[in-house]
Amino acid sequence: MTALLRSELRKFFTTRLWWILLVSLAVYMGGTALLLAFAFTQRGAVGLPDGLTDDPAALVTAVYGTASSLGYVFPVVIGALAVTSEFRYQTITPTYLATPSRTRVLTAKLVSSLPLGLLYGIVGTAVSVGGGAAMLAARGHATFLTDAAVLESVARSVLALTIWIVVGVGVGALLRNQVVAIVVVLVYTQLLEPIVRTVLTSTPVGRFLPGAAGDAIVGNSVYSATGLGGLLPWWSGVLVLAGYGLLAAAVAAGTTMRRDVG
Amino acid sequence: MSTAPAPAVAGPRPRTPVRLDVVGLSKRFGAVTAVDDLSFGVEPGRVTGFLGPNGSGKTTTLRMLLGLTQPTSGTATVDGHRYAELRRPLRVVGASLEASSFHPGRTAYDHLRCFAPLSGASDARCREVLSYVGLGSAARRRVGGYSLGMRQRLALAQALLGDPQALVLDEPANGLDPEGIRWLRELLRALAAEGRTVLVSSHLLSEVQQSVDDVVVIAHGRLRHASSLAELARLSEPRVRLVTPDAAGLGALVAERGWQTTGSGERVRTAEIVGVGAREVGAAAFAAGLELFELTDVTEGLEDIFLRLVGDLPAAGAASVPPPAPGLDGSGA
Repeated sequence: MTALLRSELRKFFTTRLWWILLVSLAVYMGGTALLLAFAFTQRGAVGLPDGLTDDPAALVTAVYGTASSLGYVFPVVIGALAVTSEFRYQTITPTYLATPSRTRVLTAKLVSSLPLGLLYGIVGTAVSVGGGAAMLAARGHATFLTDAAVLESVARSVLALTIWIVVGVGVGALLRNQVVAIVVVLVYTQLLEPIVRTVLTSTPVGRFLPGAAGDAIVGNSVYSATGLGGLLPWWSGVLVLAGYGLLAAAVAAGTTMRRDVG
Repeated sequence: MSTAPAPAVAGPRPRTPVRLDVVGLSKRFGAVTAVDDLSFGVEPGRVTGFLGPNGSGKTTTLRMLLGLTQPTSGTATVDGHRYAELRRPLRVVGASLEASSFHPGRTAYDHLRCFAPLSGASDARCREVLSYVGLGSAARRRVGGYSLGMRQRLALAQALLGDPQALVLDEPANGLDPEGIRWLRELLRALAAEGRTVLVSSHLLSEVQQSVDDVVVIAHGRLRHASSLAELARLSEPRVRLVTPDAAGLGALVAERGWQTTGSGERVRTAEIVGVGAREVGAAAFAAGLELFELTDVTEGLEDIFLRLVGDLPAAGAASVPPPAPGLDGSGA
């Protein structure tokens, strides 16, 4: 398995995609955190619930959690591409020649994605905290950078982003087709889930959606801060989100990954 | 680019010969039977040409041998084991299936390094095989900018990476220039001379006839012929074309000698005589006083035999499949 993991990590770091997406994540999330911090600290900001302005710690947590609540699509796409690009460029053929057990290949992809998810999690969270804290400080707002509860949610933001990449690997294995996978991920995360979460906000079902589970890990988010539904306990969020990824991977191992290639 | 092939072996390593065996192999895709009850063996230390027209089931057969495609029935084994059972497959079988299994954004060197951990290959070995296939100077270029011939060389480098005992190469000559084909021929010969098992597919016999020892010919997914190349050549019948102004004299001579001809009738002045050589026909005509305008040896070449073997047969049941010759079924030679 060690050789297999090394092989997977080499595949990841030998194309340009990893740093292009990493830079995009950093720029996008850093900028978004800046804007959110600016908007939240506007006096009498339009549409902002009283809870946020009343609870400075919650406000700060929502800003620092930008990467996990809005930028989680990056690790999902990265995880999906780790599988689909192999089918897209037919490198799945040498991959299977090297490791005939397809379950082992998929397991290696899941395991090797964890350090990558961690990398994206750390960078995404770091720029969110950095951008957010800089703006908060500039606006004369407390940054809470020494507050234990805030720092814990920052650490859990890294954890959430790490688990999101596992979901991406599962989705990629299930769909195999690169374009389909990216479209499904984007449509679901950017359009479908926000709508469904808004609709299901009064029912407990909404808490079990992937995005809600991801937010639960961090413990706070733009959604919940703006009053859109309650969240699961953070450890349940970990289990639910990881469960989505592993379920998709298990279904893929029994179906799409078994198919003939070529 | 062409260099005399040096031994592909990274270092001295005891070699166990590896046989490839295909037994009763079939694959159906829906209503289409791509491979139909195919059986043949591939011997170590020899280059075996796996020949058939495009779409005859060669690639499907190779993919089943390599565990990429599940057979509908039958088995394909490497040294008696299914590919999936091999513990370190890249050390046993090196394969190149299509010259497009590369990420265009990866360099050739990085591509090999991705698979090196599973081939037991070091970074130095990656560089070594790249120079060996003539890609030493292009190793750090992205594969997206490679020509088809360069991709073929990279596919070969990948197959050689784990220093495998058997090589399975699907149409490796595609996209190679004449110099490249010559280089490939020497490479295949050198690999077989080291005791390796080399199975190389092609849709053209002429492309590989100078490098193969044995041939396996298939068409429509079925075995049409399996033997050594020499045995294949022996399938050719001597054939002589003769033109004479004296149709009656020709008829008399043919009747007297009991020759088989393709033309008949009294007014025929041109005939093709099957089963005898030009020398014998010339001598007989001279003895009979028959005037000849032309006497040409039109004996079938290897390519003609190949085309005859893969040509459409009248009916499935009428296909006459010669039994595997010695040397391919392990019974001798």
